[in-house]
Amino acid sequence: MKTAVLTKVFPTRSHTVAAQGGVAASLGNSTEDNWHWHMYDTVKGSDWLGDQDAIEFMCKKANEVVVELEHYGMPFDRTDDGKIYQRPFGGHSMNYGQAPVMRSCAAADRTGHAMLHALYQRNVRANTQFFVEWMALDLIRDADGDVLGVTAMEMETGEVSIFHAKATIFATGGAGRIYFSSTNAFINTGDGVGMAARAGVPLEDMEFWQFHPTGVAGAGVLITEGVRGEGGILRNSAGERFMERYAPNLKDLASRDVVSRAMTTEINEGRGCGPDKDHVLLDITHLAPENIMKRLPGIREISIQFAGIDPIKAPIPVVPTCHYQMGGIPTNYKGQVVVPQGENNNAPVRGFYAAGECACASVHGANRLGTNSLLDLLVFGKSAGETVVEDFERGDLSLKPLPEDAADASLARLARLENQKNGESVHEVRLAMQRTMQKHAGVFRFNTLLKEGVDAILAVAERAKNTEIADKSQVWNTARMEALELDNLIEVAKATMISAEARKESRGAHVRDDALDNAETPNGRDDANWLKHTLWYSEDNRLAYKPVNLKPMSDDVEPIALAKRTY
Amino acid sequence: MTKRTVQFKIYRYDPDKDDKPYMQDISVELEAADKKLLDAITRLKVKDDTLSFRRSCREGVCGSDAMNINGKNGLACLTDVDSLEQPITLRPLPGLPVIRDLIVDMTQFFKQYHSITPYLINNEPAPERERLQTPEEREELNGLYECILCACCSTSCPSFWWNPDKFVGPAGLLAAYRFIADTRDQATSERLDNLEDPYRLFRCHTIMNCVDVCPKNLNPTRAIGKIKDMMLRRAI
Repeated sequence: MKTAVLTKVFPTRSHTVAAQGGVAASLGNSTEDNWHWHMYDTVKGSDWLGDQDAIEFMCKKANEVVVELEHYGMPFDRTDDGKIYQRPFGGHSMNYGQAPVMRSCAAADRTGHAMLHALYQRNVRANTQFFVEWMALDLIRDADGDVLGVTAMEMETGEVSIFHAKATIFATGGAGRIYFSSTNAFINTGDGVGMAARAGVPLEDMEFWQFHPTGVAGAGVLITEGVRGEGGILRNSAGERFMERYAPNLKDLASRDVVSRAMTTEINEGRGCGPDKDHVLLDITHLAPENIMKRLPGIREISIQFAGIDPIKAPIPVVPTCHYQMGGIPTNYKGQVVVPQGENNNAPVRGFYAAGECACASVHGANRLGTNSLLDLLVFGKSAGETVVEDFERGDLSLKPLPEDAADASLARLARLENQKNGESVHEVRLAMQRTMQKHAGVFRFNTLLKEGVDAILAVAERAKNTEIADKSQVWNTARMEALELDNLIEVAKATMISAEARKESRGAHVRDDALDNAETPNGRDDANWLKHTLWYSEDNRLAYKPVNLKPMSDDVEPIALAKRTY
Repeated sequence: MTKRTVQFKIYRYDPDKDDKPYMQDISVELEAADKKLLDAITRLKVKDDTLSFRRSCREGVCGSDAMNINGKNGLACLTDVDSLEQPITLRPLPGLPVIRDLIVDMTQFFKQYHSITPYLINNEPAPERERLQTPEEREELNGLYECILCACCSTSCPSFWWNPDKFVGPAGLLAAYRFIADTRDQATSERLDNLEDPYRLFRCHTIMNCVDVCPKNLNPTRAIGKIKDMMLRRAI
């Protein structure tokens, strides 16, 4: 079997490199732990929208994949007895919510960097064939709906090629750049998600976006939750540790959606900090400087660089910032992309697999726990690879003939850009999209704003059809790249707004003003009507729904029963 | 900072239309929130979308936006724009072939990185759990593993300019020492053999440009010195 890895940037520049705080695994190196507790925390964190079979699979596999990385050479920090160092993290608990647990396996606050480099190094050893700085453009499907590969453009030459494949795995990441304020890299434009949507694959649960509590105010750069794991405290303008009021048990280490809403409430009620009262403070001045230098050296650099503050001496100004896409291309625990077909809600698309942030397995449901994203990409990335091998060996995959029009969609998009006259700049349209998303689908959601948001985002989507670029060069044309990326972002933005407007309840990261806490709907969550996954189709913006899998994979564990979510 | 106008002088070359490279004089008005050089050139790109450069994370961890800034290599995203003397002169990283504008062909740089077997070698059967390493042993990797492969160091090194095909360069040698220093790695002897050559290691003349420019404050010269020491000790 021959493998080609296409990548828009050199492999170690992908955004996994920016992950900081750690990867979850119930190794139990510093506190007692087991995968049952991890599973419970993940299901509860997901506000019961996560599929319990996939969650069981992920939590059970965690130790194996983390240890495997250690064997590859990943430089984890160490405990005194030489094991992998673990720190507490938001929403992770021992004994079903009782107290924080040390589950996040960390390499200082550079875990993603250490992980991505170790994985790349392993690929150097395996002599993997990379196509570096190739941008995938469109998914190729034939009349049966099977996936036959992608079209892609080499940045250096502008040449478009077809990658004709028996199996195609997307590990293309999220689209955090649909929002104005984001912790995400410039390259996080949801390319795979957009490609799948244009090719007729529905997108699952796209209304659920994670706003990370601690982005640097103004700059948006991420400050890891590991800061709170190491003892950091959020304070309002009165210096109060306000999380005690919102989450009496886990306090600053409550789930991210809970902390982000608490911060936003503090700011909205006039207890924000700074001259404009528009942020809160993350305080670690009480920690020992040597501990900060040892465990949080990267965030100290970031604070100095982007907030002009040394956190050893003064608290860091932070604000909830768009961070992670819980939804994505629907997959099962094997990494197969699954779509409704007749009676079957989860029929695999032959030849198509996805893993990581671009996929929706769904393990994060309505809210992801910190450190579960690195775990997700390890477990399901590996699972997808193994499934391809199995499917291949079973004879399920063959090199089907390419349809004659395999490259037409991509060539038409490029020709449109080449010939566009009197269009708008990519920058203007992208900014309009980002401001629309920020205003209409933020931390708190409002019925009227969502309704207006749907019209607004559809209007922006029309404008995106007429973007014009001045750069017509074939060589490393970044203007053209940004225009093509905008097509992908727009699919994600539409999916998000339309799915969010339709979901008339509050759950996890999706909290609306017309679905509030009461006896029938705790926290505004309406299980009778909305305990289901959204599926959005790009064609006609059609919505469909499918049930959540509340049944674990094995008899090793009972289903985690529905309950009101409190921390 | 308030709004202000910043003057640039930028190396421009598009092989599709330019016979030869030229320096473009251009200015841009910055918004109050624009603090870093990357903010400024992103603003500039709104004005002229043909200006080409790589960028991604904008927080100094992906290593994409290395360039030569007023004569010194650095990351655009970690450079305060207001600290720079104007006109701000931007050139591609020196010593590598230019593809377009500020984008260089990094093939030679990565070839050298790949040449040092940049992965952990341990041929014992993998244990069921993690291999143990004391906190002190792990600390030996600090200052080594954080490299982001931006190439600021190697492309500021005269020895690398003269012999990019023969001298591994500071980034590659830092990575080599990262594995030598790792107690889990068992290939120290082979790694030293791999560098035992008049060029690969010994072309480092401790000019220390690498240390001066590293945006992560790493010290390749020290790592190279340690490899040389080990080489020496092994010889006697």
